[in-house]
Amino acid sequence: MTAAAQSVPLLRMSGIVKTFPGVRALDGVSFEVNAGEVHALVGENGAGKSTLMKILAGAQPADSGEIVIDGKPVVIDGPKTAERFGIGMIYQEFNLVPDLGVIENIVLGVEPRKGWFLDKPAAAAEASKVLAELGIALPLDRKARRLSVAQQQLTEIAKCLVRKARLIVMDEPTAALTEREIEALFALIRTLKAQNVAFVYISHRLEELPRIADRITVLRDGRTVETRAAAEMPQDEVIRLMVGRSLEAHFPDLPPVAADAPVVLDVRGISSAAGVRVNDVAFQVHAGEIVGLAGLVGAGRTEIVRAIAGADVPTKGEIRVAGERVVVRSPHSAIAAGIALITEDRKAQGLVLGMTVRENTTLAHLDQFEHGIFIDKPAETEIANTEIAELRIRTPSAEQTVRNLSGGNQQKVVLAKWLIGHARVFLFDEPTRGIDVGAKAEIYVLMAELLRQGAAIVMVSSELPEVLGMSHRVLVVRGGEIRAEFARADATPDKVIAVATGVAA
Amino acid sequence: MSVKAVMDARADEVALKQRRAGAIRSASLAAGFVAVILIVNVLAHGDFLAPGNLTNVLRQITVNAIMAVGQTFVIITAGIDLSVGSLIALTGVVMAQVANALPFGGPGNFIVTLIVGLGVGCLAGYINALPVVKLGLPPFITTLAMMQVARGLAFILAHGQPIPVANSAPFDWLGTGYLLNGIPGFPGIPYAVLVMAVVVIVFSILLGRTAYGRYVLALGGNEEAARLAGINTGRVKTLVYVISGGCAAVAGLLLMARFSSGAPQNGTGYELQAIAAVVVGGTSLMGGRGTIVGTFFGALLIGVLYNAMNLLHVESYTQLIVLGAVILLAVVLDELRKRYLAAR
Repeated sequence: MTAAAQSVPLLRMSGIVKTFPGVRALDGVSFEVNAGEVHALVGENGAGKSTLMKILAGAQPADSGEIVIDGKPVVIDGPKTAERFGIGMIYQEFNLVPDLGVIENIVLGVEPRKGWFLDKPAAAAEASKVLAELGIALPLDRKARRLSVAQQQLTEIAKCLVRKARLIVMDEPTAALTEREIEALFALIRTLKAQNVAFVYISHRLEELPRIADRITVLRDGRTVETRAAAEMPQDEVIRLMVGRSLEAHFPDLPPVAADAPVVLDVRGISSAAGVRVNDVAFQVHAGEIVGLAGLVGAGRTEIVRAIAGADVPTKGEIRVAGERVVVRSPHSAIAAGIALITEDRKAQGLVLGMTVRENTTLAHLDQFEHGIFIDKPAETEIANTEIAELRIRTPSAEQTVRNLSGGNQQKVVLAKWLIGHARVFLFDEPTRGIDVGAKAEIYVLMAELLRQGAAIVMVSSELPEVLGMSHRVLVVRGGEIRAEFARADATPDKVIAVATGVAA
Repeated sequence: MSVKAVMDARADEVALKQRRAGAIRSASLAAGFVAVILIVNVLAHGDFLAPGNLTNVLRQITVNAIMAVGQTFVIITAGIDLSVGSLIALTGVVMAQVANALPFGGPGNFIVTLIVGLGVGCLAGYINALPVVKLGLPPFITTLAMMQVARGLAFILAHGQPIPVANSAPFDWLGTGYLLNGIPGFPGIPYAVLVMAVVVIVFSILLGRTAYGRYVLALGGNEEAARLAGINTGRVKTLVYVISGGCAAVAGLLLMARFSSGAPQNGTGYELQAIAAVVVGGTSLMGGRGTIVGTFFGALLIGVLYNAMNLLHVESYTQLIVLGAVILLAVVLDELRKRYLAAR
């Protein structure tokens, strides 16, 4: 695409491996960027894009693999080192200090000094020079928290350039921009390209790629699937490569939903305004049925289940469980109505890590164990031991602190917490994230078992095979709304991805 | 299968080591305590372990221990209550005025005075909690404000002077009375120490054995997880500040009974003594972890140190330095222990 293409690439990463407890996030990824090139990196959630870029930025070390810059092998052992090699990173969540001004943010960490003191005029001159070269105007004295999203992004870009970045990684740069702002951003990227700055462009918005990318690399399951010129990779081909795998066979057979199965969960037009706005969502789940919520990260799937469970209070709409109207004002009222939310982040929301398996198991139903004013500890221990045996939680005893358990076993403790109650509706948010294959399979079997007992299940998952393999019906969510519904037989990866990314309606 | 067996065996080993490390810690702590006491006793020519001195130590720590019990609940929720020192003064002044104003003496006077004092302490705790729970303000700020307001109110109500209790008869047993002091060779137990024992036992049970106590610990460990488990976190949190305010009122009553007066300058700086006892007693300022019995021993350790230094004629300025060093040492040792456990 560019003149530099035939010479030594600016960056070459090869054989990069990164393992987290229970997961192999990167399994020998290779990736190359030329000077003055915009190289798009695409893949499903969890394909390994973010991990790969964190390794490049020195935020995480790789387990093995080689990074070569300008033909020389290098070791990137921290963000400072990455910066020295000319690598700039712009995360989706910006890293600006909200109460510092634009200039202070741009020179943060590389402030010009005069002896012991900050040289403010030099800082202002440096920042203005970079901005002038790009032909962009920013209110230099304004605090970062008062900037618009687009202005914050420009500040981040200027921050990279002051540090003489030659390669800028942008994670979902257009996610919060208007069409005009996107156009301006693309123009800026083209200007910088002409100055030989390279970009790694991570985006879920596939329709943008032909407008800005020179080459596209597709990652899947921690491996590089394909790198090709953008012109030779039409959108449907990108989608095929992103999901292109047969649905693995480790899902249990789901019992079919009986034709006369009653509606257990009836969601009627709920809205909520915490985080991603949920707008007028309505669906029903029958006894013995799993409904999968598919969509991209940030589409509003989590917010939908949180609103049903009272974690965020719905602003509108009605929820019925087994025909009874439930007034959801808090998690407590939802639990009382038989709704259990298995949250996506078990460490932040599901468990009290410093407490024991026993204490976590009974936390949501402690009233069942009260004997007068005291907690009946033997009864607690008994039920905890029962759950440990039934869910095969690997722990030395019920008195083990859950912090010391593996991810899969922690997740089972979260499940135990809800299984000892009388819930009829189970909302699983990313039930198998970050846990190993064995524990995954066990959790699937457990879900199937819950169905046999007449439970209604809603499952949010970013792993497409999981949604398609473990749902009777799939609802696709985008922008806080349900955009499409597929029966299991019609739900193909391509169709779901197309709706989720906004390619199809 | 064999892999699983090995992992299970390893997990068992870890748990065993953990228990062993805990036992070693308790044993070494106790041994150190005993050694220090014996050395001090020898240096003080046997005065330290004299029965009269031991009851003295216990009586001296009553006010701090009772405040620290309430403070423990607050700190377990990762909060802090800076207002308790001032609340001692405010409740003391109010109780002295109520005792004087009542037309009757005797147990009736005592009970009504106590109820009013507890009411003032608990109400102040409730006011501390409101902005924390409803607006998410930091407890450091709201209780700092209450610290100033309560102190100012105490001075205004008392016109800047200590208020003597005209008829101190209903309070004397608590201030200076002893239980079982008729037995020869036995100094008896001050009633104030009994009150402290009751407070420690009741709140130890509340924290360790009831659902409320479990919720306090859960909220301190992970507030969002506690909320999503259906716990009314606002109510649980409000109550810890009410408990702290109530404990301050009880401490205020003890001081008032001891001096037969309520003084607006009482309790200055006591909040920090209480926090020190809680921290030395092993409660984490990050929340989620702590025991009432630990807090009691923290208060006891501080009391013993003061007493020993007095017996050894250590200058009072030096005492402050020693006390500061002990607080730091206790926390450093606890941190090292945690790192040791985590690294293993």
